Amino acid sequence: MGAQLRVYRRRIRSVSATKKITRAQELIAASRIVKAQQRVAAAKPYADELTRAVSAVATFSNAQHPLTEAKPGATRAAVLLVTSDRGFAGAYNSSAIKAAEQLIELLRGEGKEIRRYVIGAKGIGYNRFRERALAGEWSGFSDNPEYSDAKKVAGTLIDAFVTPTDEGGVDEIHIVSTEFESMLTQNAVAKRILPLVVEESAEEPVGGAFPLYEFEPSAEGVLDALLPRYVESRIYNALLQSAASEHAARRKAMKSATENAEELIRTLTRLANNARQAEITNEISEIVGGADALADATAGSE
Amino acid sequence: MAELHVELVAADRKVWSGEATIVVARTTDGDVGIQPGHTPVLGVLESGPVTIRQADGNTIVAAVHGGFVSFADNNLSVLAEIAELADEIDVARAERALERAGAAQDSAAERRAETRLRAAGIGH
Repeated sequence: MGAQLRVYRRRIRSVSATKKITRAQELIAASRIVKAQQRVAAAKPYADELTRAVSAVATFSNAQHPLTEAKPGATRAAVLLVTSDRGFAGAYNSSAIKAAEQLIELLRGEGKEIRRYVIGAKGIGYNRFRERALAGEWSGFSDNPEYSDAKKVAGTLIDAFVTPTDEGGVDEIHIVSTEFESMLTQNAVAKRILPLVVEESAEEPVGGAFPLYEFEPSAEGVLDALLPRYVESRIYNALLQSAASEHAARRKAMKSATENAEELIRTLTRLANNARQAEITNEISEIVGGADALADATAGSE
Repeated sequence: MAELHVELVAADRKVWSGEATIVVARTTDGDVGIQPGHTPVLGVLESGPVTIRQADGNTIVAAVHGGFVSFADNNLSVLAEIAELADEIDVARAERALERAGAAQDSAAERRAETRLRAAGIGH
């Protein structure tokens, strides 16, 4: 076998092996998207009820709460970035990181000092490589987040928020995560989570829809207990959506990788066939040439 | 008998929903029993069992860890970070957790395990 042909055959083998891997990754991601979507849906009743309750309390009491108060002249902002632990997910991580960098740029322009909080090994690695100090980092749950993970992150952020600014606390908290729009579209979005803006749920008629609640123990007490849960639930939702987006992005990236591998194999097979044919042609012409030469030699000796 | 609609919702799933005649839960101010027609109420729950009594005499008990109860228009929702029905609770595991928490002096874990056992005990 000729050298050229051997090289092509080796490349075909290696591309096929890669194709098997990307195909497997694609199938795994596809099966996980559905599961992740179901978890987003399963968490919805809780988030909806919580939003309703928070809106109800906010409507009926003028209770001031540290978590809803915008601090005038904010000087320090925290940015929580949600990325994945593993790569192979196309532009998923880079677009989340890009959105975070844009937000940071914007906040810096407003004269705010930035504290970075990062979820996911990819984002942590990105910042560490650039030797940026991280105020908090978490990893190990990006593809399957539990409520307790969200609670952990929310706890740290709320603590930082209620600490006075001159003691190293932050004045506002933003979260950059990826919203799962559909199987094909995921968008990196930045949102402010603290100070809290209570989002009215869409189905709820605004104003006067809530009955006059009796609060146990008191409106302030209820708000005290509700708001941290609300923040947790918002973060939990962001984590779940990001996980679903991660799987969707991975499926898409692996699908195109598999298709590229197929294309490459086709091209290489053609080249290999070409090389084999050239080799055969070459051999034939050598044999014919050799036979001619032999015939000429015998003819001459007679 | 008049009934109220109950939704028992944990952070990551809907645990139970259905009709009931009375729901007893423990708020920070003490136990409250809510029957149909109760005045709208929004309360903070302690870790503890929530008892849901149905018209046919069935009783459903759930262990609830940290959450809220809200009642309006004959709809009652119990929101909790963690909620488990009595028959979902693994008694042996909760007992082990209780022992472990006692040994480690982890009062939060101890209370969680106790709540689970109490809910499971009433249910049986």
